Amino acid sequence: MTTEPQDIRSIRTRRSFVQNAKRLLKTAPISAWFGMIVIAFYLFIAIFAPVLAPFSESDAIGKAYEQPSLAHWFGTDQIGRDVLSRVMYGARNTIGIALLTVMISFAIGGVLGVYAAVTRGWLDQILSRLVDVLMSIPVLIFSLMLLAMFGKELYNLILILAVLDSTRVYRLARNTALSVAVQDFVEAARLRGEKLPWIVLREIVPNILPPLIAEFGLRFCFVFLTISALSFLGVGIQPPTADWGSMVAESKTLITYGRIQPLIPAASIALLTVAVNFVVDWFLQKTSGLRDEK
Amino acid sequence: MNSVLRTVIQRLGLGLLTLLAVSVIIFSTLEFLPGGYAENILGQGATKENVANFNKELGLDRPATVRYFEWIGGVVQGDFGNSYSGLNGKIKRSVTGVIAPRFYNTFFLAAMTAVVAIPIALALGLLAALYRNSWFDRTVNALTLTTIASPEFFVAYLLMYFLAIKNRWFYSLSTVDVNTPFWEHVSRGLLPALTLTLVIIAHMMRMTRASIINLLSSPYIEMARLKGLTPSQVILKHALPNAWAPIATVIAFNLAYLVVGVVVVEVVFVYPGIGQLMVDSVSTRDMPVVQACALIFAATYILLNLLADIVAIITNPRLLHPK
Repeated sequence: MTTEPQDIRSIRTRRSFVQNAKRLLKTAPISAWFGMIVIAFYLFIAIFAPVLAPFSESDAIGKAYEQPSLAHWFGTDQIGRDVLSRVMYGARNTIGIALLTVMISFAIGGVLGVYAAVTRGWLDQILSRLVDVLMSIPVLIFSLMLLAMFGKELYNLILILAVLDSTRVYRLARNTALSVAVQDFVEAARLRGEKLPWIVLREIVPNILPPLIAEFGLRFCFVFLTISALSFLGVGIQPPTADWGSMVAESKTLITYGRIQPLIPAASIALLTVAVNFVVDWFLQKTSGLRDEK
Repeated sequence: MNSVLRTVIQRLGLGLLTLLAVSVIIFSTLEFLPGGYAENILGQGATKENVANFNKELGLDRPATVRYFEWIGGVVQGDFGNSYSGLNGKIKRSVTGVIAPRFYNTFFLAAMTAVVAIPIALALGLLAALYRNSWFDRTVNALTLTTIASPEFFVAYLLMYFLAIKNRWFYSLSTVDVNTPFWEHVSRGLLPALTLTLVIIAHMMRMTRASIINLLSSPYIEMARLKGLTPSQVILKHALPNAWAPIATVIAFNLAYLVVGVVVVEVVFVYPGIGQLMVDSVSTRDMPVVQACALIFAATYILLNLLADIVAIITNPRLLHPK
């Protein structure tokens, strides 16, 4: 044996991303697994709804309020549309709209928050005070009022919720970025003459990413629940678009006759948000050391 | 004592300022509407005269600043102006007259919820913190996470289905009016109160648990334990004085959370409260009522948080003994 044994601590033997992911998944608790499987299932249905759904989202294909049967697993709704198909399309619509809203909210809140933390000028002062005031009005109440004012169009709903929600993102992004921005390695980067984009993208963003990713999950749940609540109250997503919140509202009288139809879309909402919460819970414990000491 | 007083006054001033800013925002949203409110209501076919008449009738033709000060001046005296509904008739409906009975009903519901939820949640949170990582803690943790993540109307309809429809133990709808006797009001409000209680307990219990764990892991508690004090002495003499602030925050935060939960729950159970009124007015675009409801909700939210902060300041042992 003449070949040198490979140095175990060599940088070359670093694990690949896939290996890391595998190792991480092995330690995931059962609740996180449950959450990930449910989310994958929902995404699958949302993406392939047009293929999977037996009927269309808006065509009446039977009598109103039919009982569940082999042809219509969940029965039909008030004008005879297949509830199973509408639940599937609902996954597509509701999840899609909520995701879009959260992305806009992160684009606004995240960029402004990091920028405010790095520059710390008058913009930071003004934005922070504005956010303080906006955050002292409950989101559901504020969005109800704004929707009454601007009308119930979908783009209004998305924009209003995105702006209101971005206040929370702003605050988190600003505070975490601020605690990173005062550290020595940022100062070092500044002193060796790096420009602002480098400092933000290479020094600050990688360090604030884990809490922001966790926050993305939580904000998604919050926005998703708020949209559902608004739709349930009749000012969110408008018919004939299939959406879980308005489906509950449309079929709510059935419950007094002992039928569980309104519970189906409501349970779909609950299952998804619970799943996301389980995953975020695990992710937070993994990344921030926020676990209880033994 | 002086520093306590100063901090309290500072905090009060900040609260009032926030309240004022919020009232400006609530009022001015109407002004930001592109094209104006009248054009939006009357539609594209409206002529210039129509719009002018409409604006004149609602008093919208005068400058916004004047109207704001009129409005806020009235609000301070409990007068929210007139509702837009029934405006063409001779009878003016005052917003205050519409809101007052609803406000009482919502307050009633919130009080019922608070009386039940606060003691249970604090006790559960304390137990979970003291016996953390036990099976009790884990079960409660998973259960509360599930409740928090579910929409309020899911919890509400689930309870309605099992407790009022399948088993006729409760009223499924909570229709009450001014003449409803007290105890009947209570029994009709039981199911919405139970729904809110479940939602609130979950939040409150988790926050209590977290803040108690945080408190018990601080060095001075460890010190007290190490010098041989009994557990009850550690809790009562050392932990409790510092626990008032987090407990007050938890209670206030969750009562403020009730403000939001109440809207959906009132609609589910057809309970004639202020939340349902707001939703109804939103669909008829009766802006004075919507703005009044929004202001009341926001003010409640702000005042509760203010109260929690003040309790936290007053009970803070460090501020009570200035150097």
